[in-house]
Amino acid sequence: MPINMRHLKVNQTATIISVKAGGELGLRIREMGLVPGTEITVKGKAPLYDPVALRVMGGTLTLRNNEADYITVEPHETK
Amino acid sequence: MSEFITVALAGNPNAGKTTLFNHLTGARQHVGNYPGITVDHKEGYFSRKGQNIRITDLPGTYSLTAYSVEELVARDYLVNEQPQVVINIVDASNLERNLYLTCQFMELGVPMVIALNMMDVARDRGISINLEKLEQQLGVSIVPIVARTGEGTDRLIDKTVEIAARDEKWKPLSISYGEDLDESILELVATIETKNFLTEQYPPRFIATKYLEDDEQIIAKGDEVNREVSDSLKEIAGVVSDHLNKTMDVYPEAIIADHRYGFIKSIIRQDVITHKFDTDRLYTSDKIDKVVTNRLLGPIIMGVILLGLYQFTFSWSEIPVRWLESFFGLLGDGINALLPDGMLKSMIISGVIDGVGGVLGFVPLILFMFFGIAILEDSGYLARVAFMMDRIFRIFGLHGSSVMPFIVSGGVAGGCAVPGVMATRTLRSPKERMATLLTVPFMNCGAKLPVLALLIGTFFNEHKALYMFLFTVLAWIVALVAAKVLRMTVLRGAPTPFVMELPPYRLPTFRGLIIHTWERTWQYIKKAGTVILGISILLWAMMTFPTLSQERQQQFDQQRDTLTASYSSQVVQEAQQDAEKLSAEAERLKNELETIDRHQDEESLRNSYAGKIGTSLEDISSLAGFDWRTNISLIGGFAAKEVIISTMGTAYSMGITDVEEADSLGKRLQHSENWNKVVALAAMVFIMFYAPCFVTIVCIAKESSWKWAVFSMISNTIFAFTFAVVVYQVGTLLHLA
Repeated sequence: MPINMRHLKVNQTATIISVKAGGELGLRIREMGLVPGTEITVKGKAPLYDPVALRVMGGTLTLRNNEADYITVEPHETK
Repeated sequence: MSEFITVALAGNPNAGKTTLFNHLTGARQHVGNYPGITVDHKEGYFSRKGQNIRITDLPGTYSLTAYSVEELVARDYLVNEQPQVVINIVDASNLERNLYLTCQFMELGVPMVIALNMMDVARDRGISINLEKLEQQLGVSIVPIVARTGEGTDRLIDKTVEIAARDEKWKPLSISYGEDLDESILELVATIETKNFLTEQYPPRFIATKYLEDDEQIIAKGDEVNREVSDSLKEIAGVVSDHLNKTMDVYPEAIIADHRYGFIKSIIRQDVITHKFDTDRLYTSDKIDKVVTNRLLGPIIMGVILLGLYQFTFSWSEIPVRWLESFFGLLGDGINALLPDGMLKSMIISGVIDGVGGVLGFVPLILFMFFGIAILEDSGYLARVAFMMDRIFRIFGLHGSSVMPFIVSGGVAGGCAVPGVMATRTLRSPKERMATLLTVPFMNCGAKLPVLALLIGTFFNEHKALYMFLFTVLAWIVALVAAKVLRMTVLRGAPTPFVMELPPYRLPTFRGLIIHTWERTWQYIKKAGTVILGISILLWAMMTFPTLSQERQQQFDQQRDTLTASYSSQVVQEAQQDAEKLSAEAERLKNELETIDRHQDEESLRNSYAGKIGTSLEDISSLAGFDWRTNISLIGGFAAKEVIISTMGTAYSMGITDVEEADSLGKRLQHSENWNKVVALAAMVFIMFYAPCFVTIVCIAKESSWKWAVFSMISNTIFAFTFAVVVYQVGTLLHLA
């Protein structure tokens, strides 16, 4: 079931379904590879739980929670 | 051969672009993990097999849009300068994302060679790349390299020269963006081609794409060149944009990005990349991050690292600092003995040696500090600091990336507001950028550092590192609160995205560290050697002229004569001989003569231009406990903060005679009745927060406008003075002195 990316837990993996941001935020999200179909893993959260560190295509990205709100993901089954 | 090939070096931040640039040109450049540290494009020359090559280091970007200065710089350079070859550096361990920029270069059509960097890292991670296949699919030459070691760079350059020799026309690549967009692109291209609209600069398809992406710069250019055509293009783009919004709830630029990634994925899926082992395994970086950005441990480790930097800088640099101090002391003594008394001697000792020596004496301190910062920067740790600090910075209306300008400016004491102000270019939101720009000068830069170190060393010697740390914390608090105030008043606006890369941890190379440390230190020395020397002499002149009237000078001479006459000639002779041990009588004569000298010197200084300014300000400045000598020094600090020390040196060396000449400025201040712990605190607070130095002011003006520069000069001084008055008055009331 697709959920808001904010709700992913650390070490959870998911596939991006949609990115509903436009303008600069949309560009910054997409240029880093956060496009539909991309697989992401939450690698960690900052000490104040925000921003989060994501593994995307072999690199690590940071994203704030209110920015993650624009992204819908489909979490993978936990093993 | 004077002819050279023009080459541009482009790629994502952290792809190793600057490392490759340094390797090729041997230039002393800054290599950092901070995205976009090379804002201005840097040039270097080198030659291979008799062929001269000019290489330009473009700012690291992920896209070629118009949202940031870096992107515009990179794009404009490619379009306007038309380099013969673009070396696109691509991180092999992060291929898919890096190819997004490559894809845009291909759409622009520039002649290109891909430098596939970090092959060693990719190998370690079990990634193997089928180069032939990738080359064939992309239609671009690829040379695998390891920029850190230089492996493969000779082949890269050979390939570059080969491509330049072909002298081919630009061949823009067409990627399908799906039915809807492809249709309107055809329509847009048709209009662009028939009207020859901007086609001298850009490929028609590129212009069409930019109109669909709603690219401010291209559209503004189009409006300027031909409003009518531009409007019709906007209309076509508007129709498809509305259609997509209604039917699929997406923006055209999102579809374009999706298709670009689709294009990349379609290539990579054709067995280009094989993972030899499980990619989910923890990289070393992840393991380190688990600890270093841990909720509890992270902030503690950060605090320890920053405090450790202070200990390292202060305790280890003490010995070389002492060497330099005694060297300049000896130099002064030597000149004192060699030259006859007079204006020249006074200028050399009071103006040149005291001024420059005082500043150069702190070079070891700055060297050690920069070395420490370079380690944090090159290892990738600073990006983690931004990651951990973003939540806090956002509270103050700033951005996690503001950390870098703050740290460069002296957030970890010992930076400089000048590069700090320049580093704010990497902030994408104009408002967060302005707020950072205006508050970074509050940080304890390398020039304030010696002043603070001197005062702390003199008045709070028992807890040097602790006080230094506390003053750094104070600088942060003031800067952050000031930023918040600015963001709530003159700089209101929404926050910008924090989509940032956390580069993998790297062991800094010794060469890189040395280059960084030396470059920054050298900047400081250069400043000390030129600006400071000039200002030192100017200030010496301000403090020497106008000289006392003949009449007053004669009066002083008379006083001395009268005094000498009251002693027997034997005693007078003894006093003049400068013997080790004097009789009580001679001792008294000597002291009395010195008192007269001191009065005369003090009167001359008060009489000078600087003295007049300082004295006229004393009424106000005494509220904060500053005497006129301090005032003179603080005025000098407008030119550059390190001048405060040299000026104090001059002001206090003139007021006191030879007996204490060997004493350091610190001792002189300790002996002065106008100085105590509370005054020192008030002075430090004032020095930390008053108007930035002239160079910084000029930079602020260049980065924004003179209006902001003047604003920062005036508001900072008012704030600093108020703060200093509060400290002095409260401190005096509580008898803390």
